[in-house]
Amino acid sequence: MYTPHTQADREAMLKVIGVDKMEDLFQCLPEEGKFPSLALPNGITEMEALDELQYISSVNETPQELISFLGAGAYNHYIPAAVDSILRRSEFYTAYTPYQPEIAQGTLQAIFEYQSLIAALTGMDVANASHYDGATAVAEAVNMAFHNFRGRRRKIVLSPTMNPQYRETIHTYMTGMNLEIVGEDLNPEAGPDELIELIDENTALVLVQYPDFFGRIFDLTKVSEAAHAQKSLFSVHINPIAMGLLKPPSEFDADIVTGEGQPLGIPMSFGGPYLGLFATKKQYVRKMAGRLAGETVDTRGNRGYVLTLNTREQHIRREQATSNICSNQGLIALASTVYLSLLGKSGLQELAKLNYHKAHYAAEKISTVPGFMVNPVQPFFNEFVVHCPVTAKEVNQFLLTNDILGGYDLGQVYPSLSHELLVAVTEMNSSSEIDMMVEVLEEEYHD
Amino acid sequence: MTEKTIFELSRPDRKGIRFPAPDVPLADLPKDFLRENLPLPEVPENEVVRHFTNISQLNHAVDTGFYPLGSCTMKYNPKINEETARLPGFSQIHPLQPVETVQGALGLMHETQQWLAEISGFYTASLQPAAGAHGELTGVLIIRAYHDSRGDTNRIKMLVPDSAHGTNPASSAMSGLEIVELPSDKNGNVDLELLRAECDDTLAGLMITNPNTLGLFDENIIEACQLVHENGGLVYGDGANMNALLGIYKPAEMGIDVLHFNLHKTFSTPHGGGGPGSGPVGVTKELADFLPSPLVVMTSEGDETNPAIYDLITPEKSIGRVKSFHGHFGVIVRAFTYMISLGKNGLLDVSTHAVLNANYIQALVRDVYHIPYERLCMHEFVTEAKWDDAPGIRALDISKRLIDFGFHPPTNYFPLIVPEALMIEPTETETKETLDAFVAAMLQIAEEAKNNPEILHNAPTTAPFGRLDEVKAAKDLVLKTQLPEDYGS
Amino acid sequence: MKTPADLKYSKNDEWIRIEGDEVVLGITDYAQDQLSDIVFVEILALEGDSLAKGEVCVVVESVKAAADVYMPVTGEITAINETLTDTPELINEDPFGNAWLLKIKMADESELDGLMDAETYKNLERDH
Repeated sequence: MYTPHTQADREAMLKVIGVDKMEDLFQCLPEEGKFPSLALPNGITEMEALDELQYISSVNETPQELISFLGAGAYNHYIPAAVDSILRRSEFYTAYTPYQPEIAQGTLQAIFEYQSLIAALTGMDVANASHYDGATAVAEAVNMAFHNFRGRRRKIVLSPTMNPQYRETIHTYMTGMNLEIVGEDLNPEAGPDELIELIDENTALVLVQYPDFFGRIFDLTKVSEAAHAQKSLFSVHINPIAMGLLKPPSEFDADIVTGEGQPLGIPMSFGGPYLGLFATKKQYVRKMAGRLAGETVDTRGNRGYVLTLNTREQHIRREQATSNICSNQGLIALASTVYLSLLGKSGLQELAKLNYHKAHYAAEKISTVPGFMVNPVQPFFNEFVVHCPVTAKEVNQFLLTNDILGGYDLGQVYPSLSHELLVAVTEMNSSSEIDMMVEVLEEEYHD
Repeated sequence: MTEKTIFELSRPDRKGIRFPAPDVPLADLPKDFLRENLPLPEVPENEVVRHFTNISQLNHAVDTGFYPLGSCTMKYNPKINEETARLPGFSQIHPLQPVETVQGALGLMHETQQWLAEISGFYTASLQPAAGAHGELTGVLIIRAYHDSRGDTNRIKMLVPDSAHGTNPASSAMSGLEIVELPSDKNGNVDLELLRAECDDTLAGLMITNPNTLGLFDENIIEACQLVHENGGLVYGDGANMNALLGIYKPAEMGIDVLHFNLHKTFSTPHGGGGPGSGPVGVTKELADFLPSPLVVMTSEGDETNPAIYDLITPEKSIGRVKSFHGHFGVIVRAFTYMISLGKNGLLDVSTHAVLNANYIQALVRDVYHIPYERLCMHEFVTEAKWDDAPGIRALDISKRLIDFGFHPPTNYFPLIVPEALMIEPTETETKETLDAFVAAMLQIAEEAKNNPEILHNAPTTAPFGRLDEVKAAKDLVLKTQLPEDYGS
Repeated sequence: MKTPADLKYSKNDEWIRIEGDEVVLGITDYAQDQLSDIVFVEILALEGDSLAKGEVCVVVESVKAAADVYMPVTGEITAINETLTDTPELINEDPFGNAWLLKIKMADESELDGLMDAETYKNLERDH
């Protein structure tokens, strides 16, 4: 359908090549198995394809039909119209990796600005051009720490309240590296200081999440000091929206900061494509995997940008490269760049506070329902744990019958927390939505 | 022309968006954790839009001109795919919603798995991997897990041809395997003698790209796969070049056990300036239990009155999770739209025309540009950009000169086994007129290389920028906008 | 291409000058020419460290390649050329002089036997 040649074109071209028919182009392929008949339908028109896809999409239920308090690593935030308007510029989305900088300054400058924004947001010296998502960014932090010590340190201290999917990803990535990963079986309800006694001279990296998977905010000073006392690296995984309100990880002397960039103007889109934020201190820049854009000048004296420090990467180092990554999330990184440019300093501060206030209102209201409880002294950002009188699974099932997505059932991953529900509240949740969930709970769970 | 950065456009107290005032009482802020300084730019919406629109125009893209970048398959990206991926029923669903509320999305993923399996001859496919390199890591970990599950823990050697992408050895190394490089034979195929010599009980497998990175169908592929299998190894296929094989030959029929697809190459999803891609992995039945978690399965087929029912499962011996959630779903929707639009007849047209176009250019330039392997090519080919009577001209100079003709240069210096390589992949979506214009430019540049080499050294002259100083960039290492101390406070 | 006659050479394009029980290590003119503009030198050892023959001790990077430099002999690092951190381009300008990388106190002099003299090194077959 997207092949433009006429029959006359094809005949003229085959003649130039010196073969009679299209099939002859494949004469060096084994005869057996050549030109298989695919058990697939024939093509359809654009109108029919749109119709089909519209039907399939209509089978799903979106936050327009359901009230959603679901977070746990992906969040429903407002996306300013200008973000998608820029993403639809096909000069951006139909370009490839900027290998020819003379005709790719749009992409290169966007990457450079993305790096600048992420460095500013995290308080770190440098950020790379991104990883696939939060999970793979965290896995690359482990990879970087492992290589930083040239494989001589083999222990990773991992917080039990790092997102469980990220922890699984670390285990998969590190299958071949023979690492000892400790800390995950600690009591998840305790804070990061529990990790301190596990840190020793064989520890390459200590990883925590901030706010953690339960939405809680902890002081990371002690665990950071304990890591550095053993010359281990310290890595903090963030929610970027929280950085509008909270001290950045640089104030806890983090060596690596990772994050899931999805809240920065990227649709939830059933889990991807998202954006892996990755930033570090200047001294580790050559240990960091992933693409980097750097400033330079052209032959005419213009300021411009190129991909730099390529020698760390797989296309030059091959099996000696730290990581095999050979792309970045280009267009998704651009979305976050436009988003952060639009919000700017005051917009991000305003948004972070809005999330904070709404979440605290929701927590307070839910606590008034008999049997439901939220820890009243623990600081949190826009997500919090609700203790339920029955299992979180039952609460979720009940709420769904009222068209409400209640939250994330922590019992799925933490067997001891089967009565704990993780609830996320963003600027998209109005006070009336919150009140409605509370009313529904009250009706069902009154004394 | 120097473009300002977004930081340089900032003026205090400007805003690009406003949010509604809180409709709830204000809570006490966590005073021990408050941030003091947030050095982000402050720019109004129209300036933000103008800034990014202006810099976008400095790019060459598929929508602005021909992009024959070898091994990247820069085909046209149909616009309907952009619309379907943005349907609210796809773009607004949360990945952790109960499966009963996302049956459409799961059904679409299941169908995509089935289409990829049918096209390639595999049993099923996982849509989890985020990119080609990520698919490689997944596939190599599957090979490792397969050997381990049989107690065959001594198999640590992965063979990688010298023509392979750098990601192949890097992915194997990340999986903890040892890499042995296999030189190609004089026809650009896997050297069977060298392969035989490496076949022993430490062999984990062979990573192979077919058509290979020279754009040639490996004539020894079936024998090579047999050799590896006879010696207890498995064959990994790099599917970077699947655009030559749709309806032409199924990789599983060659003897490949696990292969990654590049949805952003073969299945027309946009490259996005470097991502996001998507690298699903297809496997034989024997390896299906090792696929990453989660996998979409159909639990009930459905009938005239009841729809089919889908669920997410973790395969029995799964290597685990390779990223969060369910893969690059937005990219998968685009690829699915493309596949059903084309159907089996359209898919066959893609590959036959991709191969036709590459051979057409090859035939027209081969008298002037040396082609190291004199065969019909598949969807791309490699030339050596050097002549004895044009000393001092390198592949890079030819590339930069092509920019002056409005073309994106081919891939330079890859594969590594061809000196001064230029790798040309026109794709199936280009007209004969475009191909002819490109050939005319290539021939003119070859003349200039001998008679007027300065014009090549000074190129490009018509691009928005001249050649950029990569040495300065690497030495000075300016990796972010330099801000004054008090910016943002 | 210079190949001073008073030095020993390895097949990885390193040169070695013997000074009593110490050796001085650098990379050859051929190596720097192949790498082109050198932008970064990372010395992986500290003074006083002991490394085995064949271990990677230095990484030299240009914009297009990175080269590992291997220990030619087993021994203790007695000096490191700190000036290369700020002026890596010295390797392009003066590979056999000011751009030495490390000084090593040899543990076993017989390890020098495997190295080449200038004539043999000059006549090595090159792929490129």
